Amino acid sequence: MRALTWHGKQDVRVDTVDDPEIVNPRDAIIKVTATAICGSDLHLYDAVIPSLKPGDILGHEFMGEVVETGSASTLQKGERVVVPFPISCGGCFHCRISQFSCCENSNPVEKQDMSEKLYGYPMAGIFGYSHMTGGYSGGQAEYVRVPFSDVGPIVVPDHLDDEEVLFLSDILPTGWMAAENADIGPDDTVAVWGCGPVGLFAIQSALVMGAAQVIAIDHYPHRLELARKLGAKTINFRTTDVREALMEMSGGIGVDAVIDAVGMEAHGFAIDNIIDVAKQTIGIGADRASALKQAILAVRPGGRVSMPGVYGGMTDKFPLGALMEKGVQLRTGQTHVHRYLADLLAMIEEGKLDTTLLISHRLGLEDAPRGYKNFKQQQDTWTKVVLKPGMMAA
Amino acid sequence: MRHDTASRWPYLALAGIGLATIPLAAGLTAAARRRRRESGNDHESAPGHTARRSFGDYQVVGRTVTIARPRPELYAFWRDFSNLSTFMANLERVEPVTGDAALSVWHIKGPLGTSFAVETRIAREIENELIAWRSTEGSEIDTEGRVTFEDAPGDRGTRVGLIIAYKPKGGKVGDILATLAGRSPEMQARHDLKRLKMLMETGEIATPARTYAEYNTEEPR
Repeated sequence: MRALTWHGKQDVRVDTVDDPEIVNPRDAIIKVTATAICGSDLHLYDAVIPSLKPGDILGHEFMGEVVETGSASTLQKGERVVVPFPISCGGCFHCRISQFSCCENSNPVEKQDMSEKLYGYPMAGIFGYSHMTGGYSGGQAEYVRVPFSDVGPIVVPDHLDDEEVLFLSDILPTGWMAAENADIGPDDTVAVWGCGPVGLFAIQSALVMGAAQVIAIDHYPHRLELARKLGAKTINFRTTDVREALMEMSGGIGVDAVIDAVGMEAHGFAIDNIIDVAKQTIGIGADRASALKQAILAVRPGGRVSMPGVYGGMTDKFPLGALMEKGVQLRTGQTHVHRYLADLLAMIEEGKLDTTLLISHRLGLEDAPRGYKNFKQQQDTWTKVVLKPGMMAA
Repeated sequence: MRHDTASRWPYLALAGIGLATIPLAAGLTAAARRRRRESGNDHESAPGHTARRSFGDYQVVGRTVTIARPRPELYAFWRDFSNLSTFMANLERVEPVTGDAALSVWHIKGPLGTSFAVETRIAREIENELIAWRSTEGSEIDTEGRVTFEDAPGDRGTRVGLIIAYKPKGGKVGDILATLAGRSPEMQARHDLKRLKMLMETGEIATPARTYAEYNTEEPR
């Protein structure tokens, strides 16, 4: 089959590789009809997440048709499914309390050592996201082996297009959980840093949850335009003093909840961020957390910080004092995708969420390297790339 | 006959035959005692094997894992020693010894395709609670192990605690063991228990292999 493989920093290629097979009883093989490049794939592209090996197949947002099932799979051949990016067994302590992205059994034993050393506990398995999270082949391919296929994949009805449901795999539930973690009440002002796909879904989710106003912060005009279309007010941080603007827009109370939908490769001019860029470049594992730092300073005393953005290592000059002295709560984590699938699918069917507005480009799988390059270099207009293995290259 | 309970065992030595007379037993107890003295805390709760000290010639490895399955099921699975090689990476197979139900021969993998046999005797067992084993006098290595099964709080399942100690006797087997030790016995025990947990909770052992051929290679990518 053909698959998008990683070969080094900003070097991804479409290669011919062995087709996947059923290896364990609960596996299924999915023929991919649509898959997307995630903002977090750019962290892999830029090689700021460790433990990738040349030849690894990337991609953790995908859906398709079931073409083969293991003896213990509950899926049927021919079903259309969307697959959650975290792999979850359904039987361990964490899965049983719905903390699916903390599954104890999905990351192969030998692969757990690295995250166990780094974080004190092993991470769960994730499709196409380095060997630290299992070394599983990802979904930017014609076919994918899906372990624990009786737990993760959700069957989607035929009347919904691929593009309407594809993002159930990651960014929609991630935006939803980000808003849930911000504990939004009806009179709240919510500020969202980053109008990428997760930020845009967090904006929609916050509004569905009844926020009085959502303020989106970014520096790309087109992305800010999308945020406005979804009902957010916007601030361009290149032209506006963000903290002062937020203070004024919240009537001097300050924002009740902040969401960092940027993560470890934040842009920004602050001196600490410039130092972090340098450290990340020479590879000493620093996260550029300038959006998060700004968010923590901007939130009102007693407010909530939600952090869906991806981080992998350490950061310094962290505003710990502000966090404590203001009595701020911080919630974060990889998304427990499985927990939200049924509800979010229902909301898509009811038309409560716009899941296609953010798609800017549709490419064949062969064009995936171009998709990565432009998604990275032209972030303003390349907001979301959907790859369709069935589509001919342009 | 029961002298101790599973919950008290960390301060006692392993349950093998005549354990009070071997250095390891004294070592574990002494470690706990010394730590209590040094921390000025008479109620230190940590198991003896987690103490920051060595146990003389013995390598001691201890690890606990919670498995969301009933205690009798886990006990029965472990008690059938032929199951052990499904989750213990260094164990090739276990064979019963005709005529003595307490004896078995454990074939342990060495480096470069070698393997060596260790005759093992069940030293003690309490149904659904504890199994302890020990290598027999004539074995090439001096080893003992103990697994305990305790109910976890609420519906969390069962706490499975494994502790293994061994002392290389030198010679060729000693060299092999040293090489194995280089692979970190602590890591092996941790990996083995994780595989057991996967097997019991999910019915399979997670693998990133994309194909059957990859699954069957020694070092998957």
